Amino acid sequence: MSTRFFGKRIKRNEDPRLLTGQALFVDDVNLPKMLHAAFLRSPYAHAHIKGIDVSQALERDGVVAAYTATDLGDYWQPGPLLVAPPPVKDIVFNERTQVPLAKDKVRFAGEPIVMVLAESRYIAEDALADIEVDYEPLAVVVDLEKALQPDSPYVHDDLKTNIAAHVVQTKGDYEAAAKDAALVIERRFLYEHGCAAAIENRGIVAEWDARAGKLTIWDTTQAPVVIRNGLAGMLGLSERNVRVIAPFLGGGFGAKIMMFYQEEVLVPWVAMKLNRPVKWIEDRAENFVATTHERGQIHQATLAVDKDGHILGVRDVFLHDTGAYAPYGLTVPLNSQCTLLGPYDIQNYYSEFTAIFTNKTIVTPYRGAGRQHGVFVIERLLDIAAKELNIDRAEIRRRNFIPPDKFPYDNEIIYQDFAPLSYDSGNYEPLLDQAIEKIDYHKFIEETQPKLRAEGKHVGIGIVAYVEGTGIGPYEGAKVQVMSSGRVSVVTGVGTQGQGHFTSFAQIAADHLGVRVDEVDVITGDTDQFYWGAGTFASRGAVVAGNAINEAAKVVRKKILKLAAEHFEAPEEELEITDGMVRVQDIPRMSISLGELAGLANPMRGAVKPGTEPGLEATNYFGPESGATASGIHAMIIEVDPETMQIDIQKYVVIHDCGKVINPLILDGQVHGGVAQGIGNAFYERLVYDENGQLLNGTFMDYHLPTSLDVPRIETGHGETPSPLNPMGVKGAGEAGAIPVGPLFAQALEDALHDVDFEILEIPLNSNRLWELTQASSQPDA
Amino acid sequence: MIKTYSISTTINEKEYKSEVESRLLLSDFLRHELGLTGTHVGCEHGVCGACTILVNGESMRSCLMFAVQADGLEITTVEALGKDKDDLHPLQQSFWEAHGLQCGFCTPGILMTLIPFLRENPDPTEKEIRAAISGNLCRCTGYQHIVDAVLLAAEKMK
Repeated sequence: MSTRFFGKRIKRNEDPRLLTGQALFVDDVNLPKMLHAAFLRSPYAHAHIKGIDVSQALERDGVVAAYTATDLGDYWQPGPLLVAPPPVKDIVFNERTQVPLAKDKVRFAGEPIVMVLAESRYIAEDALADIEVDYEPLAVVVDLEKALQPDSPYVHDDLKTNIAAHVVQTKGDYEAAAKDAALVIERRFLYEHGCAAAIENRGIVAEWDARAGKLTIWDTTQAPVVIRNGLAGMLGLSERNVRVIAPFLGGGFGAKIMMFYQEEVLVPWVAMKLNRPVKWIEDRAENFVATTHERGQIHQATLAVDKDGHILGVRDVFLHDTGAYAPYGLTVPLNSQCTLLGPYDIQNYYSEFTAIFTNKTIVTPYRGAGRQHGVFVIERLLDIAAKELNIDRAEIRRRNFIPPDKFPYDNEIIYQDFAPLSYDSGNYEPLLDQAIEKIDYHKFIEETQPKLRAEGKHVGIGIVAYVEGTGIGPYEGAKVQVMSSGRVSVVTGVGTQGQGHFTSFAQIAADHLGVRVDEVDVITGDTDQFYWGAGTFASRGAVVAGNAINEAAKVVRKKILKLAAEHFEAPEEELEITDGMVRVQDIPRMSISLGELAGLANPMRGAVKPGTEPGLEATNYFGPESGATASGIHAMIIEVDPETMQIDIQKYVVIHDCGKVINPLILDGQVHGGVAQGIGNAFYERLVYDENGQLLNGTFMDYHLPTSLDVPRIETGHGETPSPLNPMGVKGAGEAGAIPVGPLFAQALEDALHDVDFEILEIPLNSNRLWELTQASSQPDA
Repeated sequence: MIKTYSISTTINEKEYKSEVESRLLLSDFLRHELGLTGTHVGCEHGVCGACTILVNGESMRSCLMFAVQADGLEITTVEALGKDKDDLHPLQQSFWEAHGLQCGFCTPGILMTLIPFLRENPDPTEKEIRAAISGNLCRCTGYQHIVDAVLLAAEKMK
């Protein structure tokens, strides 16, 4: 293929519509006779429901209906389990998935209890205040360790335990390896809840066309095909009669894929029942409690090293907070368990986790999806080992990197895609060298930092490494077609939430078919356009859908050349496709536009030859046998005001290897955005629960998303180890920016506050917390 | 019956006469009564800035105003800027060229924050730009390409 567009910084096809306010988001859908739904949500984290009275609500002008769990009849069912438990020996897995409306008991504050339908959203919300619910508050499960004590109340009474799952995975023999250790470090690490906080809240609009027997749903989902399949099953409809459209989405980051949110089950059902279109749009207050969270782990981890800092083994036992239900299986803790191993050659690993039900919002993947937690543990352990052994922080990482000749590298445990955790390719030292050079690591430590410290400034540097398993299966598909206008259409089943798919996917097809990128129309997120697919998650769009498009476009190119060869009676080797035309080389008059050729491929007379198909189109599927492993280094220089603990990030460097790069401009944007979320996670964003399971900071005033004043300029650099697992050699890039920021902050802040003897073993931080940690260390008896 | 009020507003240079409830948010009025859905709503408590519009030429959060308060005022929304890819405002064009948006949900609010800012600060520094957009939350870009886009726009608009 002539690579004219692949690898180029190309501006995005989708932008003009977004910039002019024309792009359709779910809340922009407005249908005649549309009703509006609102949900009464539990104010208690844990309570019996003794009774519900909706009669006052029904008397209010404009209210059409109100439904409780019992009104749903047989439609009331726990949601499906999205991801089954992994094939790990002796696994314990207690399946409890969310219900559409709480019936006898509520299990988290924010759980929906009643759905009200009214002529306007204002009236529907008014009516919520008319509903009387008789609650009997119960003791609450909030703390992970207390949840395991014998006197703890149960989130799910019939289980007689709060354990959602227990998984042990091992590689080598940690205990044996640790016997030879020069140094064993053990620490307890905390990682608290945060949330995705996409600027667009969730929403769903459903329209039932009774005459056609067809249900159309606009949904803020990252996985429209899976939603279509699930709803068709629940509602007793054929998949062919359910159309799910995920139009433009205002960010997703993982929280918009959760089969099934309660509202996704209820709004289509009630649209059919009332035979009127129904819209529900989440507000921000709901988003904080009703959209899934991430994080919440406690690790007790041990690192055994030899005297030179080589890792002999790691042992990690952790608790994972899964919230009140666990529809997403074990994806998050498995990611933590696997990603802890990082870019390091670790031969002996013992990892055990217990996932725990608590009376909190459900936990599912959010950008990084638990990988952060593992990276935090190993990077902090290495920092502590480096300090104890008096080895430079960059050097201890270098000594432990998997060498480039050991790929593919088998980690012998099972990853979230249930494939063995094997790294396909990588070369970590050059990334570290590039980061050291870009941040001027040695000069900072040897010259700049001592000078600034002498001036009384508290400046620190950090440098951390990570890997990210990306581009997992099962598969995606794509249809590539030359249209009669000569434009090319690319259709795929993944949803898109701002990643630039309309452009990167177009670049792939444009190269094969000799058209410009802006002559390729990418269509995603409409199940009537492409039937099959899984969704956008786990940094997999470019890898899985991208390769399907690549293969389909190759087939279309062959069809173009074959048909043009017949048309011109010229050998295929003498044809070229450029600027939307097929030409016989050196004979300018012998040329035909792709559009005309598409017409010839779909003739009105004559027969399409046996063994051939009409049209210039092809559909292809790509399913990688395992994920492609991206990697990187983040480095940062930070200044701290020791009085206020306010921070100032002075330099931030990301060196990243995601294999072959389709569009470096889009990639930079993905990295910047990831780092911004990582910074939020590391220093600003913490969901605070009280002992009653009440979220104390569920507004944007109290839960601080990083602003333009908090996120620094980010310098990027790239390495390139193409993935051997797919023909394009690409790896995913969506989550990398967010993953190692926690340990980077911890390391750099400790360095900046070098005159205080303290360790940072928890994330997220903030200025107050940093103050508390430093005070505690300076007053050990307090 | 819920009482309504007659209001008269000029929106994107067109006059509208409407009957609205006193509690109707200006953002809901624009989006759901008039169909001007380019203005987005992200938090409804005045923090995220996605709903920013111009009221008499100044940036305002339309979720913090009631429609009745707009009576007699002149409102400008993102729909008043360039309408298609061949006719973009230099600020929109710069956001396109510098990759200043990803999901694009916060973008209209950021554009409407920047229109008066660039009018009053035709040659801004990066620091000034960062201060100007610090009331607009973007969860996708990390702001860097937005800052680049504004620097580019200032250059184009000279």
